[in-house]
Amino acid sequence: MSYDLAVIGAGPAGLTAARVAAKRGLRVALLDAYATTGGQFLRGTAQPRLTGVDVLLGQRVWAVEKSAGAFLVHASTTVTAATLLVATGAHDRVIPFPGWDLPGVLTAGGAQALVKGERIRPGEEMVVAGTGPFLLPVAVTLLDAGVRVKEVLEANRPSPRMAAALARIPSKATEALGYARRLAEARVPYRTGHAVVAAHGEDSVEGVTVAKLTADWKPYAWRTVDCDTVAVGYGFTPQADLPLQLGCAFSGDHVVTDDRQRTSVEGVLAAGEVTGVAGAPSAVVEGALAVHALVGEPPPRLLAEKARLRRFARALELSYPVRDGWRDWLTPDTVVCRCEEVTLRAIDEARDLGAHDPRTLKLLARPGMGWCQGRMCGHAVARLTGHEPAPQKRPFAQPITLADLTLHDREDNA
Amino acid sequence: MVGAGIVGASCAYVLTRAGVRVTVVDRGGVASGTTGAGEGNILVSDKEPGPELELALRSNELWRELDEECGGFEWEPKGGLVVAETPEVLDALTAFADTQRRHTRPAGADPGRPENVPPASVQVAAVPVAAENLRGFEPHLADGLAGGVHYPQDAQVQPMLAAARLLKASGARLVRTAVERFLVSGDRVTGVRTGQGDLYADAVVNAAGTWAGSFPQAPLPIRPRKGFILVTQPFAVPPVRHKVYTAAYVTNVASDAEGLETSGVIESTRAGTVLIGASRQRVGYDTAIDYPVLAKLARQAIGLFPVLGDRQVMRAYAGLRPYSPDHLPVIGPDHRLGNLFHACGHEGAGIGLAPATAEMVAAQLTGRPPRVDPAPFAPGRFA
Repeated sequence: MSYDLAVIGAGPAGLTAARVAAKRGLRVALLDAYATTGGQFLRGTAQPRLTGVDVLLGQRVWAVEKSAGAFLVHASTTVTAATLLVATGAHDRVIPFPGWDLPGVLTAGGAQALVKGERIRPGEEMVVAGTGPFLLPVAVTLLDAGVRVKEVLEANRPSPRMAAALARIPSKATEALGYARRLAEARVPYRTGHAVVAAHGEDSVEGVTVAKLTADWKPYAWRTVDCDTVAVGYGFTPQADLPLQLGCAFSGDHVVTDDRQRTSVEGVLAAGEVTGVAGAPSAVVEGALAVHALVGEPPPRLLAEKARLRRFARALELSYPVRDGWRDWLTPDTVVCRCEEVTLRAIDEARDLGAHDPRTLKLLARPGMGWCQGRMCGHAVARLTGHEPAPQKRPFAQPITLADLTLHDREDNA
Repeated sequence: MVGAGIVGASCAYVLTRAGVRVTVVDRGGVASGTTGAGEGNILVSDKEPGPELELALRSNELWRELDEECGGFEWEPKGGLVVAETPEVLDALTAFADTQRRHTRPAGADPGRPENVPPASVQVAAVPVAAENLRGFEPHLADGLAGGVHYPQDAQVQPMLAAARLLKASGARLVRTAVERFLVSGDRVTGVRTGQGDLYADAVVNAAGTWAGSFPQAPLPIRPRKGFILVTQPFAVPPVRHKVYTAAYVTNVASDAEGLETSGVIESTRAGTVLIGASRQRVGYDTAIDYPVLAKLARQAIGLFPVLGDRQVMRAYAGLRPYSPDHLPVIGPDHRLGNLFHACGHEGAGIGLAPATAEMVAAQLTGRPPRVDPAPFAPGRFA
């Protein structure tokens, strides 16, 4: 079966696009790695029925190929489509600190997914730390699940720019106020200019070291907080393996699109966080706009809304950067790459051997060579060599068994 | 020294020890080209009797010495096991091994050896393995193989670490910039023009790998031959002990075919992963991923080691092997310009052949007698 449109990712952007495209009479397949639609944002909420859409769940897309004018989307099954919409979202960005490899250290997104998707309480007493407004809904989700949230630590300090941006979007301001009220009711302190700079424990987390941070995140004034779990999130990295495989143009860590979500590669559209982290409302607008790349003209209202939300996202990005002072949190024994257990000492040795860039560092010391293929440590490894984090090409967006790979031998390439 | 791959690093190491002051120039830094895309093979098993086998045998000795002198690059004298699927292939393989075993380096080719130093081993060790004994070498090999040959001299290093360690130990200065062209005065090279200005030298060594043929003042017929490697998940105990490959690999290595060729080449690394090769394609400088080729490699790997079937593959990468028309490396003084030496065109054998290449270049550059006859590798042979 060949589709007009294959949508990869059933979060806010993908769901919207699939629904609108089906309404317009297109043959649509919607694929997602999880067992339910909704993605990270809508996980655990009631999902709408999608009429006229082939919803293919549990499909971990590991590669996309262009062959004979169509796209082959490889997951457990292979879907053929004339046009592709990549709406694969983003994953948590983390930075290393001593003890972050202990059980009990979770990403903020991972902690939220446990509650929303699995109805699991990640811990009893937790600290939430990192940067960005996402820490607030995570803390509230944890509170609602019955977790005792001891502190929420924002490494940056609120800027006038952020306040101004918030004031221009009343819905966002109301949302933020709601979170703040909920934290205040539960007497959870929200501290800016603070971070978890170390986690301690024998076999799992028993406590964390919290430090005040200078403007560039150098720590001072340390204290200890007892807790059994810590959730850390330093923003998000777009999950852009598939557009990278296809050769789409990038700007920094995200895919470049025009106002109708068209990438630089003919027939490949992208919407939502993969085009730059901007949140669910923006993803919904972009999902709808993407369909207009195929049928009709984009309504000016949608274009204006997108521009407004993107400006807000830009203000967020500038207000919650990751500052380089985190390097001072590390000791030589701190593990930087958890998959391959590469310590800062090993990284420094490789740099001494001539690894001046992330790729050479990977070849000499193995950070990013393991299971997660650098998704966790990529940002830190790039910054440790003084480079801007850049998207890494991954021929396999997901691991695949060798037996499954053999199914993709085609005689036309022999 | 143009190029900071394994050949450039080895040359820098040997030359600095001979008292030469060396500056290495590479646009990508250490091991950024073909060296960073290989398995680190140090093989005698796939070399037919002749000059390349002599270079490989000498290199094999030198790698052992380098591991003792320098080390830190995961030297694994694991040995190779070549297997044959059918009795006919086994006959051909054992006959091939026989010719290898009979090949000894002529005594006259070792004039640099002082009288009191005994001659090193210059013979290939190749031991036929009957079908029923294959599992003694590799417990997880598939059923139904006809037999094989064990090559105890075959070894492996982590090639990127090897280049980095040798370069570091050499003390040579590394300049990370592109070499645009050679500086020429009359019929002699006087240095190189780089992205960071001109560098003058008494001699220039071209170890630019896949790009070594493209300097306009001294072109060489060196072109890329693309190859893929698949990398599996890490194993606590990897199921492959030796470098294991099918006899078809030897014919592919020496083949002149334009199209795609694949043959199963399987080995584990110290990190616990299993590396799966080998494909050969002439598609220019294109390193794009080609899933049907990867699928063929996966099929051949499972054919040899069924236990790999349910294991995950995590990544794949492509590299470019620099090859010459006669598949021999290009080593020695340029036939057009004085003070220019080439050390390139090693195809897929650059890691293995690097130390003997460096020894040869250093001997020629410093006017000492070479250990291996350099004539078959002379750059002028294509003129």
